[in-house]
Amino acid sequence: MKTLSKERRYETLSYLPPLTDQQIAKQIEYMFDQGFIPAVEFEEDPQPTDHHWTLWKLPLFEARSAQDVLNEVRECRSEYSNSYIRVIAFDNIKQCQMMSFIVHKPSNSRRY
Amino acid sequence: MVQTKSSAGFKAGVQDYRLTYYTPDYTPKDTDLLAAFRVTAQPGVPPEEAGAAVAAESSTGTWTTVWTDGLTDLDRYKGRCYDIEPIPGEDNQFFAFIAYPLDLFEEGSVTNMLTSIVGNVFGFKALRALRLEDLRVPVAYLKTFQGPPHGITVERDKLNKYGRPLLGCTIKPKLGLSAKNYGRAVYECLRGGLDFTKDDENINSQPFMRWRDRFLFVQEAIEKAQAETNEIKGHYLNVTAPTLEHMMERAEFAKEIGTPIIMHDYLTGGFTANTTLARWCRSNGLLLHIHRAMHAVIDRQKNHGMHFRVLAKCLRMSGGDHLHSGTVVGKLEGERGITMGFVDLMREDYIEEDRSRGIFFTQDWASMPGVIPVASGGIHVWHMPALVEIFGDDSCLQFGGGTLGHPWGNAPGATANRVALEACIQARNEGRSLAREGNDVIREACRWSPELAAACELWKEIKFEFEAMDTL
Repeated sequence: MKTLSKERRYETLSYLPPLTDQQIAKQIEYMFDQGFIPAVEFEEDPQPTDHHWTLWKLPLFEARSAQDVLNEVRECRSEYSNSYIRVIAFDNIKQCQMMSFIVHKPSNSRRY
Repeated sequence: MVQTKSSAGFKAGVQDYRLTYYTPDYTPKDTDLLAAFRVTAQPGVPPEEAGAAVAAESSTGTWTTVWTDGLTDLDRYKGRCYDIEPIPGEDNQFFAFIAYPLDLFEEGSVTNMLTSIVGNVFGFKALRALRLEDLRVPVAYLKTFQGPPHGITVERDKLNKYGRPLLGCTIKPKLGLSAKNYGRAVYECLRGGLDFTKDDENINSQPFMRWRDRFLFVQEAIEKAQAETNEIKGHYLNVTAPTLEHMMERAEFAKEIGTPIIMHDYLTGGFTANTTLARWCRSNGLLLHIHRAMHAVIDRQKNHGMHFRVLAKCLRMSGGDHLHSGTVVGKLEGERGITMGFVDLMREDYIEEDRSRGIFFTQDWASMPGVIPVASGGIHVWHMPALVEIFGDDSCLQFGGGTLGHPWGNAPGATANRVALEACIQARNEGRSLAREGNDVIREACRWSPELAAACELWKEIKFEFEAMDTL
């Protein structure tokens, strides 16, 4: 028997081990398959009720492949390495956000 | 036919219903409310007469002619049986299709609609049994209803949860915990990774736990779990009460303490109370979870009562953000195609007629918000791949025993469910088939999640195999 330790989480897929870039790419491919528009957002000290994190550039309307999005994630990661970063997806037909998952946590954050 | 002729020209007496109410040449209007009934007539009553009787007794008709009929325009107000359809394999049953003019119903009132359509007619002597299978609610009438307080997309935005089903758990034992002990059980579930916990439907305000004490301890649990996990948490605080005044008092208090979601039992509480609460929830920003106690009394018999798809449509009109809808895979019955038929009626905007799924009429909801189906009862981690496959993202999966029954307790039990869910979501998005590889996905996650491994060890032998009652 084990007592569950206290950890901060970051919603969908944050209960899995940290995703590799290859795993992140597969989730992004799923976004494209669904016809969603990907975007990247980041925040230094996100609170649970922070609905809006800061947007990295603009939604990636021009991105055509998972690699395009992954490049933006990497760029954001190097510029804001002290921030949490997540990839999100919009559906312009349903007019709402459809996905969100964490892709980077600062190295000094509490463990997964 | 018995008739007496008076000197004033009024023909009193009893007339066959079919002369007035059976109109096979009638083309239903877009503004008509349409109903499909499964009729079991008494021996000797022809289908046309039975179908016409249903149309009459659920609209303008009375058993005998009355002189005041002469002061109204019956053609404008009468229900019409416009089609009769035999049911293969059932000698004494048939489907009767009835069209009701829009003016028969008060705007925005599910109560009035049901009082008309499923009122006296269900006790009518010429019928042995009667079941309302489906309703087509015209857009003109739907637009007089508010519907769900928020709907699926707004709920996701409020909760900050995307791309996966929501996870819940009903706190057990369902009766007898003190408010403080109850709050602890809630906290442990939420901190382990569930999004919601739930009051059992029987929990209102009993001597062992009064509602106000429960609300306060639960709210503390929500806030603590939210602060620790950094995720938004909620608990369906049940505001079902003996009177509307009590119900609203509890709802107001829930709002005052800042809780995100409350709960109501819409059938035992009643449609008037439910509609009042749903409107209040939209005005005050609280989500509304709906339980369906008593539904099986109404919907379980194949030849009498109402199908749940009608009750589900009525709830979407009356208002609710979540509604229990069966699991397909758990301990409660429900055939997959039929269940997914009414799940679509709850959450999609436009649903085509599909008799194989029990959908008798094409239904256009005209942008009324959708309701999240809640799958609850007898499910555990091994069911997760099937649940994700069947219900998709816009659902709420509730593991009661499947969380609280974990050998290490609520928090690890909650983590086991959350890990199983996220492993399934990841695998599905990567293109893997949950139907074929579901068990592998769960087993792989067991390798790095001891909480999930312990759950899988406990529940692997459990199987649920009941014959579904709800067949076509």
